[in-house]
Amino acid sequence: MLDPYKIREDFPILKRKINNYPLIYFDNAATSQKPRQVIEAIKNFYENHNANVHRAIHTLSQEASELYENAHEEVARFINASGMEEIIFVRGTTEAINLVAYAWGLHNLKKSDEVLVSLMEHHSNIVPWELLSKINGFNVKYVNVNSDGTLNYEDFENKISNKTKIVCVSHVSNVSGVVNDVERLAKVAHEHGALILVDGAQSVPHLTVDVKNLDVDFLAFSGHKMLGPTGIGVLYGKREILEKMEPFHGGGEMIREVSFNPTTKRCFITWNDLPWKFEAGTPNIGGGIGLMEAVKYLKKIGMENVQSHECMLTKYALQHMQEFQKIRIYGPKDASVKCGIIPFGVDDLSSHDVALFLDNYGIMVRSGFHCAQPLHEIFKLKSSARVSFYVYNVCEEIDRFIEVLKEIE
Amino acid sequence: MVTVEDYVARIDGTCGKDKDIIVIFKYDKKDEAVAKILKKAKVEKSISGVILELTFKSVSFRLYGTGKAIFRNLKDKSELQNVLIDLLL
Repeated sequence: MLDPYKIREDFPILKRKINNYPLIYFDNAATSQKPRQVIEAIKNFYENHNANVHRAIHTLSQEASELYENAHEEVARFINASGMEEIIFVRGTTEAINLVAYAWGLHNLKKSDEVLVSLMEHHSNIVPWELLSKINGFNVKYVNVNSDGTLNYEDFENKISNKTKIVCVSHVSNVSGVVNDVERLAKVAHEHGALILVDGAQSVPHLTVDVKNLDVDFLAFSGHKMLGPTGIGVLYGKREILEKMEPFHGGGEMIREVSFNPTTKRCFITWNDLPWKFEAGTPNIGGGIGLMEAVKYLKKIGMENVQSHECMLTKYALQHMQEFQKIRIYGPKDASVKCGIIPFGVDDLSSHDVALFLDNYGIMVRSGFHCAQPLHEIFKLKSSARVSFYVYNVCEEIDRFIEVLKEIE
Repeated sequence: MVTVEDYVARIDGTCGKDKDIIVIFKYDKKDEAVAKILKKAKVEKSISGVILELTFKSVSFRLYGTGKAIFRNLKDKSELQNVLIDLLL
């Protein structure tokens, strides 16, 4: 079992007061808070080991390189990848998806091809494909979502065909918290010869994610949503696919050789090994080290414990929120099919009103579209307020949240 | 000379079809800004004393004690600027 009260001691920010009220942070789907272990690891790197990686033979560079490589290995073990060759550090989920779109899609998608995307996606898993389709001319098809926010698997199976080259779907919806059956989607995608890219931004921080069990080709996720720093994220890719892909960005680090040929008057370039082939330029070394510490922290708690704690909080919050006449909960009300996220509205108030009302009492929730406008259109909503939980949240915070909601009523 | 910028920290637009404009007043000026607005605008409704629904001329907006305001149905930010000049200066 997880002890959230003990965990809270590791998070300095939770001692803060906002508008003279103790901070209650329920915007974890947007970004998580950072434990002192992560903050200290970053500080320690800059105070004691800072140097560029893979550039020099001096002691500091060796130390920095080792730490940075260890970070890749730690992440690989966390999601059960085959090795650090399959772990590319990027800025976040958005960059990871764009990497797949441009380094794989640009070279592999033709006019007659189709990309299958779900309508519950965050804009970051819609826009790159729409942008690329304008260059390559392929069709982007959308899988419907049921009115309760669950994926319409029948529609997915009807729309996938041999024209489909890649399926792009989130593991967990950032709006409703619905958990998709990725294993099932991957199986069907592969039966049709398609790849599957999974947006794991809301799943990797909260569930046990095993890329081998899920059999996904690509998995994208962000460090800052899993107790790590901002500006660091991960693209997992199956090694055999990454090896065939062209680089995304060009520059230092990602090359093995750049040699000027006097005859052709052009440079001859060969790529570095995985994963460095996809990490052009000086990487976010401190961020990678912070992410490693965040992964160690989560592993120490145990992902099964993280999941069951959030499930308990979700059940507790849903039960109490449903007691209000004026509160509308969107998406499934069964905590067992979702993951720590509850979108809701209050009659006669906009989501921003709700968020600012709660902010007055030190309670931080998200309002708006949460970068997922199509799903809001399915829910027939202009916007929604959203609470989302993590390891340091406790039932007493939900009690306080409910108490404040009563004031709106 | 005092300007709107002396009171306003940020102006954000919400995304989507209804483009609400959120005005965030500077932390050290928020109480003064709220007091000035309350002198000029009419309080139509109060929700628990936290959200005030106000009208000023033909513009309706919501004001929060934490120093934020949401304006709806304004054409653009220049219309907002004129409203803020009238309210704050």
